[in-house]
Amino acid sequence: MIRIEHINKKFKKLTALKDITAQFEKGQVISLIGPNGSGKTTLIKAILGMVKADSGQIFFSDELINGDPSYRSQIGYMPQIGRYPDNMKVGQLFRMLRNIRNVTADNLDKELINKFGLKEIFEKPMRTLSGGTRQKVSAALAFLFDPDVLILDEPTAGLDPLSSEILKEKILKEKNKNKLILITSHILSDLDELTTHIMYLQEGSMEFFKAIEQLREETGELKLGKAIARIMKGEKFNSAWIDRMFEIKNEKRIY
Amino acid sequence: MLKLSKYVLYDIVRSKVILAYTAFLFLVSFSLFNMEENSSKAILSLLNIILIVVPLISMIFTTIHYYNSYEFIELMLSQPMSRRKILLSEYAGVGLSLLSSFLIGVGVPVLFFSPDSIGFSLLFTGCSLTLVFTSLAFLTSVMARDKARGIGFALLLWFYFALIYDGLILLILFNFSDYPLEKITLVLSALNPIDLGRISIMLKMDVSALMGYTGALYKDFFGSGAGTLFTAGIMLLWIVIPLWLALRVFKRKDL
Repeated sequence: MIRIEHINKKFKKLTALKDITAQFEKGQVISLIGPNGSGKTTLIKAILGMVKADSGQIFFSDELINGDPSYRSQIGYMPQIGRYPDNMKVGQLFRMLRNIRNVTADNLDKELINKFGLKEIFEKPMRTLSGGTRQKVSAALAFLFDPDVLILDEPTAGLDPLSSEILKEKILKEKNKNKLILITSHILSDLDELTTHIMYLQEGSMEFFKAIEQLREETGELKLGKAIARIMKGEKFNSAWIDRMFEIKNEKRIY
Repeated sequence: MLKLSKYVLYDIVRSKVILAYTAFLFLVSFSLFNMEENSSKAILSLLNIILIVVPLISMIFTTIHYYNSYEFIELMLSQPMSRRKILLSEYAGVGLSLLSSFLIGVGVPVLFFSPDSIGFSLLFTGCSLTLVFTSLAFLTSVMARDKARGIGFALLLWFYFALIYDGLILLILFNFSDYPLEKITLVLSALNPIDLGRISIMLKMDVSALMGYTGALYKDFFGSGAGTLFTAGIMLLWIVIPLWLALRVFKRKDL
């Protein structure tokens, strides 16, 4: 579905992506993980064509991504920080995107709009929304057009536990519809039930890209967080990041 | 593209700056026409105000609008929309709103008080300057990454075209006054849209009689049909070239 070949990207002196090659297929849920600044978002943006790679190619359904934006009609993207026009009302935003994508009302997936109760805030301008509500809007937009590929950049960050659960259920549902889903997250316990493959990035290069079963077998751990931690300890990865991973997990237990 | 421009226009109208600009232009032109007995005198005063205010407001407004709609642009980029379409619809939206502001604010009083060839060429100059400086502002804002730098750059350009350029021309004319400079000054005037606009209107008025031999030569040129075509052509170049450059930069930009 998506094929990445030898992608390189530098922002001035900083290397954001270093020779990344991978192939993603339908039915896979791929978790992109790695410390902050390891290039996860840059990789996603390269797939979306928002960042232009210095060298290398990306193919979407065997077609080279090269200026023609039509492939993006098959992608639902949920950004890390959803930024929307201040003066626009929530309802307008949904109507506008529908208008732009030329999709009829019957083909829309309104499940998240209903479950998050976004209908009630349709008349509110975007600037008055809290961070979490914005995330809900972003999520609902990503799923709205029932796309074949979902790209979710830290989808559960900033969501309350209930909404986060709703979103995870929705992702699981879409996974069962044989869609390709790319997720980045720092909360590994969230990814546990969803993911089929793990791609680990560190300072722009891909350290490994493995199926979860393989990872479990190699490490002997059932929990994703522990499996990753074991791999990283063995290979002397950035230990500060491992500590932070466990911190987040402990916080989660409060709920 | 029209769909997008519609939303851009909607956003601009809601910000109310454009309404204030319209009201300001209307008040100034209306009071000038009322104060001066002779409508051509009023046009001359109006011309001086337009040559300063229109480029300044066009540039600042466009720059601020561009940075404020950065979120909107980002959102559109994740949709099946080409970059060219996004930038051109932004341009169309901003250009149209500034143009209609000018046509209401200055056009209505001019049509009412002085509906002659001088009045029309004043309107033509104002409209061209609006579009020229909108183009230039798009170019500078696409190139500068942050808002402060973008606005600073825009102001600098305005300063250059409105004030510094005239000083430079005076310096040249003064130092080389022993040589025949008529043709060169003709070329030099084409390098500054504000000067070009000023000259093309001044020469339609009686005041050109006061400008001596050079004025006569200019009147001969700009007064003719070829001169009008020349002015229109150069203005068009001033609109198209910066916009084209802005598109080129925007297409390669990482967002």
